[in-house]
Amino acid sequence: MSDFDADALGIAAAVRGGTLSAVEVTEAALARIASRDPALNSFTAVTEARALAAAHAVDSVLARGEDPGPLAGAPFAVKNLFDVEGLVTVAGSKIDRERPPATADATIVRRLAGAGAVLVGALNMDEYAYGFTTKNTHYGPAHNPHDPARVAGGSSGGSGAAVAGGLVPLALGSDTNGSIRVPASLCGTFGLKPTYGRLSRAGARLFAASLDHVGPLARSVGDLAAAYDAMQGPDPGDPASAGRAVEPALPELARGAAGLRIAVAGGYFAGAGEARAAVERVAHALGVSRTIEIPEAARARAAAFVITASEGANLHFADLKARAGDFDPMTRDRFLAGALVPANWVIQAQRFRRWYREQLLALFNDTDILLMPATPCSAPRIGEDMIEIDGALVPSRPYLGVYTQPLSFIGLPIVAVPLREAGGLPIGVQIAAAPWRESDALRVARTLERAGVTNAEVANV
Amino acid sequence: MADRPFDAETFVDAAAALTGLPLDPAHRPGVILNIERIAEMAALVMAFPLPKETEPAPVFRP
Repeated sequence: MSDFDADALGIAAAVRGGTLSAVEVTEAALARIASRDPALNSFTAVTEARALAAAHAVDSVLARGEDPGPLAGAPFAVKNLFDVEGLVTVAGSKIDRERPPATADATIVRRLAGAGAVLVGALNMDEYAYGFTTKNTHYGPAHNPHDPARVAGGSSGGSGAAVAGGLVPLALGSDTNGSIRVPASLCGTFGLKPTYGRLSRAGARLFAASLDHVGPLARSVGDLAAAYDAMQGPDPGDPASAGRAVEPALPELARGAAGLRIAVAGGYFAGAGEARAAVERVAHALGVSRTIEIPEAARARAAAFVITASEGANLHFADLKARAGDFDPMTRDRFLAGALVPANWVIQAQRFRRWYREQLLALFNDTDILLMPATPCSAPRIGEDMIEIDGALVPSRPYLGVYTQPLSFIGLPIVAVPLREAGGLPIGVQIAAAPWRESDALRVARTLERAGVTNAEVANV
Repeated sequence: MADRPFDAETFVDAAAALTGLPLDPAHRPGVILNIERIAEMAALVMAFPLPKETEPAPVFRP
């Protein structure tokens, strides 16, 4: 392991302590991207000039004896649906290449940069975030660093691959139905999907507005918490921003899981094979034997599916009418079908969402944390359209979100933690908390990390 | 919709025409397949009785 396999907080400590300069770190990250990304295809743009200028600025601030921020010199990259000043925000599409370059950074990109982190580029994704595999026809598939013949997951697949491959310690993604947690699971990284309304989406290209979240992926729980803390705070630029004051999670981590009432989600979430085994390992490590059932989870997934199809298609309706052929064939027919969904179905799904939310909030009266698989399996092969789950063949693309979709549906905060047997592929477990209790989920994740249950080591690319 | 089977082909052709969405014949089979999947999901949602008091959930703050 080199200095550059360190996590973002480790890098920032070295930069702040003067043992590494931000410019050295940035040059090493750019060199790694150049040498490793051809095998991963995780980056769609590298912001070399900006990165070096930002690194010089961090070093100058330090030289003046001032504080460059808690993430000083730590490289990060963002899913290419986040605005980056001077870059065209393509959101995985060909169509949006025609738009003018962004004139400002997205809010959370600006906040991370304000904490001293150094943006090094933009990352591959499913077109308009509609997918769980990052098999993007326009830009090529993102490859899983643990086995390049396998998918990185999606839609934030570039984010998962870049972090797991050691190209950056920290990346930003978005999650409408699982798009942070699925790639975190398949690539073997930590991922945080905060409570709906917690982190600003201003300057991020939306997909299905009533379900869209943004958040970080990283190789340590400390990095997730530090990045999350740096990005929190109200933002009038995002109409869904709940306007909550900053509630720092990093200082809470040391408390560990002590005092938290934890249960395994059974029934729909019981899982099979490696997914079930991963949850069992986590439950065992935490001394959890209680199982509770989440009612109507299959219907919750169905409702999220309907809302997503309809909202996503509405957003792109003008392009679907005028130039459907310019969409990625991987998303096109789903978007076209979504444009035809009757309002009655969508409104019923939104009403069901209210009902389901009430059921889950009641469960949190005597439970703080729910455990369930992040994905039903580890990463499928890139050419594999069907996967075998518990003896049955199912289509891999939608099925990868089977356990994530019913939870983001009502905006619960969730940390995906990575497990990996020696020589095996990674698979994640979801740690879901009550609304606004991100720090509870992060505390459990930290306990598992400290106990050596999780494994987010850089893959040998 | 539980009354008779959802006829995806007829639905797609009619709804696309009524809403002014031109469909390339090459895209039509995929669209039909996808609307069938969405309709299956919607059938689950529509089959669940909800009290009239249950409002929709999206966030709106004037």
